[in-house]
Amino acid sequence: MAKKENISTGALNNEVEEKEYSTLNLGPTHPATHGIFQNILKMDGEIIHEATPTVGYIHRAFEKLAERRPYNQITPLTDRMNYCSSPINNLGWHMTVEKLCGITLPKRAQYMRVILMELARISDHLICNSVIGVDTGAMTGFLYIFQWREKIYDIYEDICGARLTTNIGRIGGFEKEWPETTWKKIQSFVDNYPKALQEFANLLERNKIFMDRTINCGPISAAMALNYSFTGPNLRAAGVDYDVRVATPYSSYEDFKFDIPVGISGDTYDRFMVRQHEMWQSLEIIKQAMKNMPKDEPVRADVPDIFLPPKEEVYNNMEALIYHFKIVMGEMDVPKGEVYHAVEGGNGELGFYLISDGGRTPFRLHFRRPCFIYYQAYPEMIKGSMLSDAIITMSSMNVIAGELDA
Amino acid sequence: MSQELLNKIKEQLDAAIPGAVEHAEMPYDFITFTIKQDKVHEVLSFLKNDAELNFHFLTDLTGMQTADEKHLGVIYHLHNMIKNYRIRIKTFFSMDKPEIPTAIDLWPGANWMERETFDFYGIKFKGHPNLKRILNVDEMDIFPMRKEYPLEDQSRDDKSDKMFGR
Repeated sequence: MAKKENISTGALNNEVEEKEYSTLNLGPTHPATHGIFQNILKMDGEIIHEATPTVGYIHRAFEKLAERRPYNQITPLTDRMNYCSSPINNLGWHMTVEKLCGITLPKRAQYMRVILMELARISDHLICNSVIGVDTGAMTGFLYIFQWREKIYDIYEDICGARLTTNIGRIGGFEKEWPETTWKKIQSFVDNYPKALQEFANLLERNKIFMDRTINCGPISAAMALNYSFTGPNLRAAGVDYDVRVATPYSSYEDFKFDIPVGISGDTYDRFMVRQHEMWQSLEIIKQAMKNMPKDEPVRADVPDIFLPPKEEVYNNMEALIYHFKIVMGEMDVPKGEVYHAVEGGNGELGFYLISDGGRTPFRLHFRRPCFIYYQAYPEMIKGSMLSDAIITMSSMNVIAGELDA
Repeated sequence: MSQELLNKIKEQLDAAIPGAVEHAEMPYDFITFTIKQDKVHEVLSFLKNDAELNFHFLTDLTGMQTADEKHLGVIYHLHNMIKNYRIRIKTFFSMDKPEIPTAIDLWPGANWMERETFDFYGIKFKGHPNLKRILNVDEMDIFPMRKEYPLEDQSRDDKSDKMFGR
């Protein structure tokens, strides 16, 4: 529906021209938006004059559900938020409850978590970057690199039996030692992925068409990004070197040596490049974790009232049976208190704000979802740009519908 | 270190805006202030603009309902990235008049976070340019995160705490 507006065309000729904007509905289900987003665009020809995003299409009330669920059963909710890197969400939630209960994990379990989280980060960035390629017309990179995500999913499958919505690990550690095949798979991934990533980089990073297409597309300044509470690769692309892994280390990230790549102009190309370099850094972290992995340590903390006991003990030992029953029924003794824990998710600072009243469920649980917060800057970022630039701006922001709507 | 910082911020706040701080605590090493409802915008603005404190980043903004189901609250998490200080500001008010000034003038990013808080708790942010529901449908006439709207059938009692002697 076209709407008429009077716009003065300048001071020289005092003519008032009637200008018509056409309205275009981008979404809710559009193949180029990679998720369910609606944007009502007011178009001046091919130029976007104004955008009004509508969100909430896959809102599942996780915060309300969490108020009725025992702590262990909240993990499956978290992996449905950013489903491109669900282990980060799962482990972030576990760490939040561990912080509330004052549990410290053995180094081995912490390093294993680091490996998983970095693998998840690689798979997240890999999808995002290859999809930027697809949206700019470069299908090849996507087809070549996507099998490596499958290899990461094979590793998840070895560890927890699931591929996408992982529900990986437990509050207090891992349920069992990873099998030998998993370690081999991780080693093989670390050995062979660099070649594939280099090939992908060669296809796009210095590709003239790709650079012309993405440089100066959807830029955001550092000041604006901070005002809009950007975090993660999108903030770093604008030139702010903030990374939760360094600012507030968790799960022994302080033991690892890695660089934080930053961009300059915060445009699509910078966001792409920051993610590219982060994948290399993640590989470095995994290598260090594999090398320095403490041997002969348990993979869980010694917390029988929170961690499911092994089955042979449940069948032969009264105490273990009681704990088993209590944990399965969702009875965990947690202290009263409120805690905020943040991890560096695929898209930025993924925060868990948990208020506990000592009962079996959280009193209040709020997820700080980076997507939800930075997507509000999208209309401002695409204002005055072409429609096709808006599409790649959105894919380079890596907006994940599940995380946005929670 | 954190305790010293808490005392320092409290002194500064008391000097700049007398009577604003109702309570100061530090659960799990996180500096937390409870601020009077009518002073909250002043406090946020002071924390953001003070050259030394410089809490320039709004990490999170969310709402909550107190256990007595008579008060609502808004919780701000602020961050000074340069010195890596974090602070939590809480404010509580009666459910009869859930109104609080918006923080959009300080952080444009508060826009959607306030809309979300309004959507789930019905807290009205005065001065917000577009305060309408964001995740739920526009036709909804309740504020679903309030405790008075239970999630499931309340005739069930197999999940209640009393079974376990609490």
